[in-house]
Amino acid sequence: MHELSIATAVVEACAERAAGARIVRVRVEIGQLAAVLPDSLRFCFEICARGTEVEGAELEILETPGRAVCGGCGATVALSSPFGRCECGGVLRIVAGNELRVKDMEIA
Amino acid sequence: MCTTCGCGSDVVTIDGADVHAGHGHAHAGAHRHEHGHDHEHPPGHGRGHEHDHGHDHGLDHDAPPSHGRTVSLEQNILAKNQLLAERNRGWFAGRDVFAVNLMSSPGAGKTSILERTIRDLWGKISISVLEGDQATSVDAERIRATGAAVVQINTGAGCHLDAHMVAHGVERLGVPRGSLLLIENVGNLVCPALFDLGEQARVVVVSVTEGDDKPLKYPHMFRAGHMLLINKLDLLPYVRFDVERCIDHARRINPELEVLLLSAETGDGMPAWYDWLSTRRARAGVAA
Repeated sequence: MHELSIATAVVEACAERAAGARIVRVRVEIGQLAAVLPDSLRFCFEICARGTEVEGAELEILETPGRAVCGGCGATVALSSPFGRCECGGVLRIVAGNELRVKDMEIA
Repeated sequence: MCTTCGCGSDVVTIDGADVHAGHGHAHAGAHRHEHGHDHEHPPGHGRGHEHDHGHDHGLDHDAPPSHGRTVSLEQNILAKNQLLAERNRGWFAGRDVFAVNLMSSPGAGKTSILERTIRDLWGKISISVLEGDQATSVDAERIRATGAAVVQINTGAGCHLDAHMVAHGVERLGVPRGSLLLIENVGNLVCPALFDLGEQARVVVVSVTEGDDKPLKYPHMFRAGHMLLINKLDLLPYVRFDVERCIDHARRINPELEVLLLSAETGDGMPAWYDWLSTRRARAGVAA
């Protein structure tokens, strides 16, 4: 449900920079470990965009896969949940998958 | 809606009043006023090639974008909340206030832990409370009965507190210098994990009646926490809850997580919690 807050923040960030121009596309980067559901975000984005420069804009979501580096053996491993242990038993440090960024927007 | 952080504050109420009622909306430094034309671009840096390179400098270029262009923003979606959280943190530090964010699923015993803590520490330290719930002031009334100062934040449809609500709540609460501020977040094991309130410590509460698999099911919350309180220890003989398993799961997600077992009902384990608060408070640089 926090996707509503995330969507609101995306719409505001874009509307602020749009300076009245109409925005047709917004690209965001959402890490797969960031606890944000893309479908839910799309749904909320459409609602939040109503009545703003972002209304009707397409939301493109770039999903970044989770990746971690082992503190023990230094191996890089793929992660599908925000925790895990390396095969060697080492503690994993997440290096990708937590992203929550507005990348860019396209003006009409 | 408040334009400061977009929390949807048209439905957020503080002690029953609209979040912006009766004050000057004091967000010094947080409002960005956009002036589209008053900074000079060097020659050749006209509007024709707007920011379509990937640097993170979205905040200080205010020229309106030209048409049919891609405009780079490259900014953290939660940047506004982060900014307000840092302002709260500075405000707390400047007043020697130690702020703790308590999070759990509904019914884990956050309010009971607060009630007991306030009563047991009465006369030793001044405690103020921010109560977050979607609706009602039931929890605030429970806290008020202990004698502590409390403000209720109702988030309406919102599933978490954010830094903006806390700023307004604190404004209303009038937190005394050198005090302990306990912030009870909305009962929810998912969303509050993402929103920094400006607190110095995050505490996650799990009760033995919920099941020992909660950490693996809700990893973000356990990753965000500094301290895990396992509450309702008095009910342990009656439920299937493996304490060691729960702790092991939580530390698989967050190896640094500290853990205490307690019962807000009987008071068992509470002194260790008070010691932890005291130690963390000292470490945060707050005068004793």
